[in-house]
Parts: sequence; C-alpha cells; structure tokens
Amino acid sequence: MTILPLHLHFSLARSPLKPHSFPHARPQVVTGPAENSVEVNGTYPGGVSGQLPSGLRRELMPSHVAVIMDGNRRWARMRGLPIGSGYEAGAQALRRIVELCCEWGIRVLTVFVFSSDNWFRPKMETDLLMELFERVLKDELQHFERENVRVSLIGDTTKLPKSLQELLANSVGTAQKNSHLHLIMAVNYSGQNDVVQACQKIAVKVKDGLIKPDDINKFLVEKELETNCTDYPHPDLLVRTSGELRISNFLLWQLAYTELYFTNSLWPDFGEDEFVEALFSFQKRQRRYGGRNS
Amino acid sequence: MDKRNGNKASQLCEDLCTFIRRCILSVLTVGPVPRHIAFIMDGNRRYAKNRNLEDGAGHKLGYVALMNMLKYCYELDVKYVTIYAFSIENFKRRPEEVQSTMQLIKEKIEGMLREESLFNQYGVRVYFVGNLKLLSESVKLSAEKAMEATTHNSKVVLLVCIAYTSTDEILHAVEESCREKRAEFRKGMENSESLITVTDIEKHMYMADVPNPDVIIRTSGETRLSNFLLWQSAYTLLCSPSILWPEIGFRHLVRAVLDYQRNFAYLEQKQKQS
Repeated sequence: MTILPLHLHFSLARSPLKPHSFPHARPQVVTGPAENSVEVNGTYPGGVSGQLPSGLRRELMPSHVAVIMDGNRRWARMRGLPIGSGYEAGAQALRRIVELCCEWGIRVLTVFVFSSDNWFRPKMETDLLMELFERVLKDELQHFERENVRVSLIGDTTKLPKSLQELLANSVGTAQKNSHLHLIMAVNYSGQNDVVQACQKIAVKVKDGLIKPDDINKFLVEKELETNCTDYPHPDLLVRTSGELRISNFLLWQLAYTELYFTNSLWPDFGEDEFVEALFSFQKRQRRYGGRNS
Repeated sequence: MDKRNGNKASQLCEDLCTFIRRCILSVLTVGPVPRHIAFIMDGNRRYAKNRNLEDGAGHKLGYVALMNMLKYCYELDVKYVTIYAFSIENFKRRPEEVQSTMQLIKEKIEGMLREESLFNQYGVRVYFVGNLKLLSESVKLSAEKAMEATTHNSKVVLLVCIAYTSTDEILHAVEESCREKRAEFRKGMENSESLITVTDIEKHMYMADVPNPDVIIRTSGETRLSNFLLWQSAYTLLCSPSILWPEIGFRHLVRAVLDYQRNFAYLEQKQKQS
C-alpha cells in the first residue's frame, strides 16, 4: 500500500549507481506538419527545433503542467535497489520532462517535490532526501541558467536544513526575460496551507481597514496564493504517476478545472512516450468550465 | 393470464436481483465501507442526445439513477452522500437550460416533501449546500421546506450542492471568519497567523459538519473536479468511470468501494496524521 510518495529532485550522472535502463530521452525530432513547429528564442537544449511529436496539436498544448512524481521507492524496490536509487532515477526522469517542456513550448511546470505531509516519514529517509535534493540542485542550477529555465519556489522552507534554505534562496532567480520554461518547485508545500496563508493575508487587510469582508473575492485570494509568481497559476493538466488516484493536498484551489491524468507508470519510467500519451489524452478532452460546448 | 404471468416474472426477476445485490453487499461490508461518497453527475444531456430523446429527458433519467444510487448507498450503510447538482458556473449556460434545470430541481425537491417519498422511507436527511442567495425565491423556499421536512431523518445525510463552487465556499468561509473576528481585529492583533486559522475557515465552510468524502465518483469519463469539494478532497479517492450518469448502476458503486478498500490503509494513515 502506498504511503505518500516522497518526491523528486534533479540528478546528473554523478550518481554512483548506474540505472539499469531507462530511456535517456533526448527529444526526438519528428517531422510533422509545418504549422506545428515553433522556434522560440533560438534552439532548445540538444539543438532540437521545437517540433511537436506527431499527433499533438500546437494550439491545444497546455500552458501549465503540474506533476506528482510518484513511484520512485516502488521502482527501486522492484529492482532490488536501495531507495536512494529510486530517487536518483526519478531525478533523471524529471530532467527529461523539463527538457521536453522547454522543447514543446510548455510555459510552466510545477513539480511536487516534497509535501508537508512527508515529514511523517522516518527521519533517516527525510534526511537522505534533503541531502540528495541539495546535491542535485547545486548541480542543476547552472544547467538551468544555460537553458534559460526560470526557477521559483512555493512552500514553507523554514523547516528545511539551513544549507538547503540558503541554496534555495539563491536558486530562485529574478524574472528572466524570454525564459523557455518557468519551473516551480513545491517544497514542503500543502495546498490547504497555501489557501490558509492567503486568507490570513486578506484578514490582515480587513483588520487594517483596507478592505471590508464583503470585498473578499477570488481575485484577492489568487493574488495571495503562492502561485502568484506566474501568469499561469492554474495548471491545465496534472499528471500523477504510479496509479494513485488522488491529489494528496497539492495545489487545491488552483486545480478547480485542471484536467487530471493518472497513469500506472512509475515516475522513473515516465519518459517522452508517456508524456506524449498524457498530452494526447489532455488534447482530446472537452474543457467546459461549467458551461456547454454547443 | 399472460399479463399476470408477465408481472409475476418481472417481480421474480426483481426479487432475484435484490437478493444477489444483498449477497454482494454483505461480502463488501466485511471490509471497510466509505463513510462519505460524493457524486459528480455528469452526462445527462449527452445521454439524451445520444438516444435522440427530448430536452430534459436526460436529467429526468439522471434523477432515477440518483434515487437508485441513494438506495444502494443506504443498503451499504454509507452515512453521507453529496451530489453536485448545480454549479455557480452553470448559471452561465443558456437561460432556457438554466430555467429548465431549476424547474426540474424544484419538482424533485417538492417530491421529497411528500410523506411516501423515498427520502422518508430511507430516513434521508437533506441539506442544500451552496450560495442559496443566487437561487430564485421559489426554489430557495422549496429547498428550505425540504430541509425542515427531513430534519427528523437520521439514517443517511444527503448534501445537495446547488449554486455551489468550492472557491465560493472558501471565500464565504473567509468572509464569515473575518466578520466574526472583527471585535478581536479592533484590539490590534500583532501576529497575522492568529488572525485566522485553518480551524476558523473550516468552521465556516458549508460542509463544516460533515467528514471529508472518502470517494468522489464522476461519470462520463471526465477526470477533473470542476470546482467541487476542492478543500475537502485533498486525500479523497477519485473515480472516473466512462459511463454517463443515467447509466450508473450498482456494479459501478461496487467497483468504487473495492478501490476504496484497496486504498484504505493509506487513507487511514492520513487521517491519523491530520
């Protein structure tokens, strides 16, 4: 039975453990119809020109994708590997997805790195994770700068180790012009706490007489939510791997009309093919926002 | 003679189905049963369109499906059932459609008020949950009457979300919390965190007195919450069968309960942690 997943981080091939085999997903160049190809600010990582895989339509691509990267521990257990290897493999999978998002013009990618619920895990495991996260984040920061990936953080970092807090504070860049991708890392994040802290800020305004209780509306709340760091705060698509069918306290308010996609793949196995399948499923859906199509 | 035999045969069939259903239920109830199931009843209109039925027929058949599901939930000893009857966003639909849906809702509410209705038979207590000020006076009045008429029922609680969205529910809770705390605000609290806590917000939610749903079932294969119970569904199991709402039946409920039982250990742990 799955206990809440402990989510993932970035890794380079410095890991002493060579993963058995999982796709090194360099994006494939697919010659599709000319109208699907988009070149944004020159070439993407790997020199690929940004064409979409066949079958995906440019105009139906989601602007904001959110991911719950579940299944790293199960992946390791199935292979008789230590849990750390699962997380390392998960980090590689995330790196692949970041590259694909850059290539395919997805504007925002939010990843559930660590839930505030995860503190209930054994201390040894959470310590291991914090160390891993710190190590790979250090390795990835320059990579992100080169690839023009803007990084933001949501969640309460005050409980994290001091060194990680400092690293995170340094990693959050000022708005980069023309960034390919805005990567939002949810670290020690809870969707309910996000709503509560937004409501507390609004309560301060009421207390100070700046607004009346009658004035409270959804725009005021959205301005105070931690996802106010982006122009696209509501994910169009949420992907959760490993077959678990729940949100687990991720981005609650922001998920009001998000298309949810659940797949049985474990996160380290989630590569280009699986991402294409998720996007294809997304593009087939009819989004009505309470209205009607006809 | 043939007609009598026909009636006997169909009665026998029905009795047999009931018997089989009771057997399945008694097996299911060996394991944990969800305390609270919520339904997003999607697909009524599509069902009618696929079968070339008249406008509104889909919703009427959807109502029959709802009564059946209520009956099965009652037999399964589910204590709370929540349904998403009408979203605030639905008011943006064509006025004729909004009007006809409201008319149907009013008719069904008035059906609840009759003594011999299923609601009294199964001991269903009804609450209408949402921004009821947005409803027309006559619908609001019927809703209030139905709530009063079923007050004495205690077997199952049915929450009908009407003129509801989760974001509106949260906003309403914050507004009420701020109003309640106005006296304290005037004393000049220093710490913003103590102005409003999660307890204050939850206290003022429309769904405050109800445990969080264990399962949300949305029909027609759509996998999104559509602004339904966002706050309450943080750890809820989400089921999205592809059938349209009027097609939902006992087997779909069984499937949802089996999925719930498979996930039960995880859900129990979450409750202990919170």
